[in-house]
Amino acid sequence: MKKIQDILQERILVLDGAMGTMLQRYKFTEPDFRGQRFKDWKHPLQGNNDLLSLTQHEAIAEVHRKYFAAGADIVETNTFSGTTIAMADYHMEELVYELNYESAKIAKKVAEEFTSSEPHKPRFVAGSIGPTNKTASMSPDVNDPGFRAISFDELRLAYKEQVEALLDGGSDILLVETIFDTLNAKAALFAIEEVKEERKIEVPIMVSGTITDASGRTLSGQTAEAFLISISHIPILSVGFNCALGASQLVPHLEVVSSRSEHFISAHPNAGLPNAFGEYDESPEQMAAQIKEYVEKGLVNIVGGCCGTTPEHISAIAELVKDYEPRRLMVVG
Amino acid sequence: MSLGKSNISTTDNGKQATKYLKLSGLEPLVVTPESNFINVGERTNVAGSKKFLRLIKEEKFEEALDVARDQVEGGAQIIDINMDDGLIDGKEAMVKFLNLIVAEPDIARVPIMIDSSKWDIIEAGLQVVQGKCVVNSISLKEGEAEFIQHAKLIKRYGAAVIVMAFDEVGQADNYDRRIEISKRSYDILVNEVAFPPEDIIFDLNIFPVATGMDEHKRNALDFIEATKWVRENLPYCSVSGGVSNVSFSFRGNNPVREAMHSVFLYHAIKSGMNMGIVNPTMLEVYDDIPKDLLERVEDVILNRRDDATERLLDFAETVVGKAKESKVDLSWREESLQDRITRALVKGIDQYIEADVEEARQSVDKPIEVIEGHLMTGMNVVGDLFGSGKMFLPQVVKSARVMKKAVAYLLPFIEEEKLKNPQVGDSNSAGKILMATVKGDVHDIGKNIVSVVLACNNYEIVDLGVMVPPEKIIKIAIEERVDVIGLSGLITPSLDEMVHLAKEMERQDFKVPLLIGGATTSKAHTAVKIDPQYKNAVVHVNDASRAVTVVGDLLQKETSQTYKNGIKEDYEEFRNKFLKRTKQKEYLTLNEARENKFQIDWAETELIEPNHKGVQIIENLDLSLLIDYIDWTPFFRSWDLHGKYPNILTDDVVGEQATELFEDAQEMLGKIVNEKLLKAKAIFGLFPANTINTDDIEVLTKGEKFIFRTLRQQLKKRAGVPNFALSDFVAPKEIGKQDYMGCFCVSTGFGTSELATAYEEEHDDYSSIMVKALADRLAEAFAEYLHKEVRTQYWGYANNENLSNEELIKESYKGIRPAPGYPACPDHLEKLTIWKLLEVEKNIGVKLTESLAMWPAASVSGYYFGHPEARYFGLGKIKEDQVKDFAERKEISFEEASKWLAPNIADD
Repeated sequence: MKKIQDILQERILVLDGAMGTMLQRYKFTEPDFRGQRFKDWKHPLQGNNDLLSLTQHEAIAEVHRKYFAAGADIVETNTFSGTTIAMADYHMEELVYELNYESAKIAKKVAEEFTSSEPHKPRFVAGSIGPTNKTASMSPDVNDPGFRAISFDELRLAYKEQVEALLDGGSDILLVETIFDTLNAKAALFAIEEVKEERKIEVPIMVSGTITDASGRTLSGQTAEAFLISISHIPILSVGFNCALGASQLVPHLEVVSSRSEHFISAHPNAGLPNAFGEYDESPEQMAAQIKEYVEKGLVNIVGGCCGTTPEHISAIAELVKDYEPRRLMVVG
Repeated sequence: MSLGKSNISTTDNGKQATKYLKLSGLEPLVVTPESNFINVGERTNVAGSKKFLRLIKEEKFEEALDVARDQVEGGAQIIDINMDDGLIDGKEAMVKFLNLIVAEPDIARVPIMIDSSKWDIIEAGLQVVQGKCVVNSISLKEGEAEFIQHAKLIKRYGAAVIVMAFDEVGQADNYDRRIEISKRSYDILVNEVAFPPEDIIFDLNIFPVATGMDEHKRNALDFIEATKWVRENLPYCSVSGGVSNVSFSFRGNNPVREAMHSVFLYHAIKSGMNMGIVNPTMLEVYDDIPKDLLERVEDVILNRRDDATERLLDFAETVVGKAKESKVDLSWREESLQDRITRALVKGIDQYIEADVEEARQSVDKPIEVIEGHLMTGMNVVGDLFGSGKMFLPQVVKSARVMKKAVAYLLPFIEEEKLKNPQVGDSNSAGKILMATVKGDVHDIGKNIVSVVLACNNYEIVDLGVMVPPEKIIKIAIEERVDVIGLSGLITPSLDEMVHLAKEMERQDFKVPLLIGGATTSKAHTAVKIDPQYKNAVVHVNDASRAVTVVGDLLQKETSQTYKNGIKEDYEEFRNKFLKRTKQKEYLTLNEARENKFQIDWAETELIEPNHKGVQIIENLDLSLLIDYIDWTPFFRSWDLHGKYPNILTDDVVGEQATELFEDAQEMLGKIVNEKLLKAKAIFGLFPANTINTDDIEVLTKGEKFIFRTLRQQLKKRAGVPNFALSDFVAPKEIGKQDYMGCFCVSTGFGTSELATAYEEEHDDYSSIMVKALADRLAEAFAEYLHKEVRTQYWGYANNENLSNEELIKESYKGIRPAPGYPACPDHLEKLTIWKLLEVEKNIGVKLTESLAMWPAASVSGYYFGHPEARYFGLGKIKEDQVKDFAERKEISFEEASKWLAPNIADD
């Protein structure tokens, strides 16, 4: 199989769309989330999407399959909340390794099916590493700005367990995403470096931050360029942004990182901004029309979707980008 | 697989592979050859500052933060933090202080230098900072193994590093040793640790000169020459150092020290020193050093004469040793005229603006050029900063105050010029914009803010004020040939006025864009009701910061048509979607809704008779009683600062602005209260009342009957959820129990207009808007205060109540005080009944306009319902059957009822 960094020199790769949006279509109920295995679990489990990799693995495989069929080159594992920190909400810290391992396996199996039937278009699995539900450089208590709900070391250890399981399950890439606090991401990157060193391996790393609003900053207050500088200390495959904003709103921030980064650039925006009802209602055509600006300006190498995007969106994006050259790597001063 | 920088094969931009030191706080700091010397702030160092040490020891972290803030404001581009002291727990202090700094965006914007001789303190610091820091420092002092281990971790934490010229043998104290140690350190870092060379900063040890000892004579020169060697031979690295050491032997003689620092830096920077710790108040401008002193200092620094030290010592005695006054605050006054004007505008400082404008006026041919040149240049900076989210609304309004003062100063000169030279035209503004609050509406805070912001961006504003009839808007728009018309309104009847005006503009074949704004307006209403009435552009702008972009897009010749077409299409699409969406909702008939009314078990309810029935008037309440009742969150919202009070004061993004605004508000509030600038009046009454015919409430007083008509929710609810009307909270007449209700009107608006106008005459829109915003808050506070008095005393059904202000804002009390025009009773008509019942206008002077807005604007009126189960709800949409029924009950025409209830009538 060709290396992803070589393919990235040749064409724009397509990342999948939202997992959560697709899972909502199944309308899973509490018993569905529990399955046989967790029917007596003492705490409510509905909403624990990561758990579906164990209790509804066919549905997860089906979502991956739909995205690959829509033209995605890379799918993300169903592990956005797969850390002991995020799983504490469901008292499922003990299951973290298994959740990540199985999720990666499911995705890898589907990826291999597609790769073997379409060898000219190999498919990849990106182990999704979410931000957790705690922030290392912001206080949850406004009256005590110096307080922190989580430490770097706690994050590092939690991420390390997730990274090991994602790699054991067959992830080709690690994707540290939806970064709203750069310090959390630095702990994840630190953990990845430790695993790489211990296992004497290299693994492509994608890093994707989140600009939360029109201020043009991450939730923890950094500008796009400051964010880029703060995560550039280890070798990464790509850097970019996802979530919070629609495709058009991401352009100025992509322009910043694209002009200042020596890495490949990724973007997986939401299907627009949420409407008055909190739904994402941008159509595939509308979204693709905005992404056209990315490719016309040569801003990206990897593009996909976040909240509210579906296989139809990904199909529209894949159809669009196939006619465009990827952004060229640059040496920047 | 290798993904590092070395793997890059194609370079499409053809740039030389060069590497710059890049650091980050909340913002980036990239050190390029073009960068000026990077100044590291050093006063947050317990080893270097006695004051800072004391603050940390006494755990006065707030004050310690001020030290950090002062440095950043004073121009430090990195701040060095050091907690190495035997009497404090360095690790704990470092973590705590860094955590606090991270919460202060004005400090955290710059990168941090974590300074300690202890590795565990450094590592603890690295674990709490998100940006790319500098570690200060590591060295070969303890051998290679430890050096490598620390360097590896620093790289993994993502920081740059200062390497001291120090090894197992000792500190480098001459040229050769400096080179030897830096070369060895560099090679280990780059080759063995793969440390990015651009992230290495050498501290080559600055030692004192002129100590009287021969071996110290070359100290400065060796440093300067070693710096040159390092920058030429160790690619991409930086050189730093603590400058004040060099003048150590002249402690107490600041003029000489300042000269020494300047001379040292002048030569060291030329040789490649690009970063360092310098106290900016201990620095003389190189060119300003007196020739004789300069010569002697250079002799010492560059070791040019054997007797250099003696000569400088002799000379030093003749120099009057007097420290310079702190000039940090006013140093900007020494900058160029344009920079001063720009800064005054950006910072909102009006102290010197007249003098600066006068200077500018003398430098140009015609006074108007000062406005078009100097002032607009500055305002463009303000516009850019605001547009990019680096300035916030209150700051912009302050900028406008400075601008207005400057223009006011220039006006007589411009008039004079016109007399001399009549053909000189007016200033070429970017466009003329008519702004008006529509007929029947009195609210203008938002409109004034938008006007100020647009004026800042070189638009000429024709502000027609409040309660402007449509004919006047049309007439002035034609006369003044305006480019845009902006309409504002807060109460729901104003929506109809806007529709009416759009129709009128269409009828008279207007072409100019129509802007719609104000709290009650929405994109939905604009798209569905206003846009179809006018063939040209209609844009909903509910946010002052958007106004500038929207007007810009509308008036820019190149983009205008595309933008207008885009807006039209957008609104049409929105309208279609919106209309489709509303159809999905299911409604009950009025009768079905009445059957599903909210049920209170009246038999079980004890109905409490008010202690004081009838009408009461408060003539002139002491305003200071209201301060505790103020809900500040909406105050910040009116200035476009979003967030809950008090958290907003420490918000990462707007906290600084919010705090400043809050301080200004407190000052103004103090003035209003102490000087009794506003008058607080109220009238209220508690009356026997019962519900009749399900939806009406009959009130009896002095033998007269008054009837309040309430409206009932008609949207189909889930099983078990009732369809509310306010009448549900009052006992029905047929039960045979006497119940009660009340109504009220409070105002703190008397005096507002006079006060605001006085500020406007001084060109101070900031204070004018502030007065109005505060008057609004006081009126709400008065309503809250009065409600409490009513609950606990006048009615007395809650005489044990003891609620904090926060609980009051959260409405934790028993009973409600809904206001006509608001969600539970959106119909404004009932105000007329309140006015009759209480004789409001006669008693306290608050009037109703034709749209039933209250005048003065800072007024609140409403009902009191005391039942413990009474609650706030939103009426939502109602159907035609209820409109018809309402019209009959009220004995008005269906058309009139439809007009008043329009915003709440469901579209079919």
